[in-house]
Amino acid sequence: MRAMVYRGPYRVRVEEKDVPRIEHPNDAIVRVTLAAICGSDLHLYHGLMPDTRVGTTFGHEFIGVVESVGSSVQSLVPGDRVMVPFNISCGSCFYCARGMLSNCHNVNPNATAVGGIYGYSHTAGGYDGGQAEYVRVPFADVGPTLIPEWMHDEDAVLLTDATATGYFGAQLGEIREGDVVVVFGAGPVGLVAARSAWLMGAGRVIVVDHLDYRLEKARTFAQTETVNFAEHDDVVVHLKRITDHLGADVAIDSVGAEADGNFRQHVTGAKLKLQGGSAVALNWAIDSVRKGATISVMGAYGPIPNSVKFGDAVNKGLTLRMNQCPVKRQWPRLFEHVRNGHLTPRDLVTHRIPLEHIAEGYHIFSSKLDDCLKPLIVPTPA
Amino acid sequence: MAYRPQKPPLPETSEQLRARIPGWGVDLDPAGRPSVPQEVFDPGAYGARWEFPERQPELHPRERSIEHAFLTPVFSTACPPKGLSGVVRRYAYRRFSEGRAAHWLLLVAADRIDTLESTAASYASKRPDNPFTETGVRAEFSHHGIRSRVGRGRADVKHTWMDPLVVAGPWVAAGTGIAVGASAALRRLNRAR
Ligand SMILES: [Zn+2]
Ligand SMILES: [Zn+2]
Repeated sequence: MRAMVYRGPYRVRVEEKDVPRIEHPNDAIVRVTLAAICGSDLHLYHGLMPDTRVGTTFGHEFIGVVESVGSSVQSLVPGDRVMVPFNISCGSCFYCARGMLSNCHNVNPNATAVGGIYGYSHTAGGYDGGQAEYVRVPFADVGPTLIPEWMHDEDAVLLTDATATGYFGAQLGEIREGDVVVVFGAGPVGLVAARSAWLMGAGRVIVVDHLDYRLEKARTFAQTETVNFAEHDDVVVHLKRITDHLGADVAIDSVGAEADGNFRQHVTGAKLKLQGGSAVALNWAIDSVRKGATISVMGAYGPIPNSVKFGDAVNKGLTLRMNQCPVKRQWPRLFEHVRNGHLTPRDLVTHRIPLEHIAEGYHIFSSKLDDCLKPLIVPTPA
Repeated sequence: MAYRPQKPPLPETSEQLRARIPGWGVDLDPAGRPSVPQEVFDPGAYGARWEFPERQPELHPRERSIEHAFLTPVFSTACPPKGLSGVVRRYAYRRFSEGRAAHWLLLVAADRIDTLESTAASYASKRPDNPFTETGVRAEFSHHGIRSRVGRGRADVKHTWMDPLVVAGPWVAAGTGIAVGASAALRRLNRAR
């Protein structure tokens, strides 16, 4: 089969690989019909995630058709059209039994702090991802879900991570009616978080980024106010000014490890890998919110320590909430939101790239060419 | 103002927001939000018919975190450790927990070694690496490389010049290492003669 393969920092190509096999009775093999590149794939692409091995296939956002199933699989049969959460979950460990599907303890031998994720380095279990023609899907009775008849494929693939994660980010913010919410990062996750904040009753939503085309999207897709941090000498002071010198009630960090805006942080974190990424957005969130505020962290950070302004968080009495999104748990509610138009994920798609051109796809997304917001990957037809 | 008791007034009332934004407030009640509370004990809610999953056979020794009691019942067999980078990876897993910086720094070092040895090996194979096509820089010409960057106030453009150094860095370091090693060996040889 054809599959995207990592060759080293900033280098990927398409290779011929063996079609994955059933390795456990509850496995399924899924033929991918649509995949996506995620902002967090860029952390892998830039060599930021420890134990990213040459030869790995990325891709944790994909939908497809069940090709074959293991002997114990009961909920799926070959031919089923499925969407697959980015989390791999056993369904029965201490965490899965409590609904913490992103924190499964039975699927990632490489780390106890991280669950299992498709195509997200061996730190997340080393599973090959969906930017390929076929993918092995463990625990087929737990993760994959039939794509509803009415759902558009592009909405389905965006529900496997970005939409679910954005909504979850707003949810962890514990938004109450009339709260002022600041969202750092106008990528797909941040834009969905901003829109979800309205659904949860926010009184004011402000999106912060430095890319004008993304801020324009925030205004049209999520109907929010916007702040371009590159236009302000000190964005923390600006955010204080526009919130009556109080600060926001809730902040959502949907940037993560490659935040820009502070040269020292970006270079030591994202370029030189001397810390687990750059914590610029998180520090801006800590400093700009009001005392007693809640900060929800949705951006991806690696396991290497970061320089986070923890003292300010303590002294301001902040609540920091974070986790990877337990995708499947969000789905019933999110399906309703997509069906009645309260969330419109596929409006975020800007590029549809054939698998064979995935190297260009990564470059376009990484370098933000062509106003790229969300690139989809279309596997070569068989 | 933060200096007085009341919360500052909002630019729009809830009624105005409800009229302007489709779906405003439909998830106002936290009880209706899907992951509230975070932990709800309900084993079997997600399709598991087992308390502990059947074990996937371990056909080859599989590295694992020493914080785990045993190899997890399901695991990936893709890209097993290989070469010198594999030796470093196995050592990082065997010796250090996830709590130790050495664990992660060794894995990052192994990643760089892996890039070097895999690229070197590719030149002896039928599929040599091609840095030009693999970096996807061709898209600069087909997807408005200049127009996307210039005059748009992008913060990231200030350090784009570093990207080639990041890609080439390990190669330069390895090349320098080999050159230094070789000249030292030559000197020693000359002295011995
Ligand atoms: Zn993702
Ligand atoms: Zn589990």
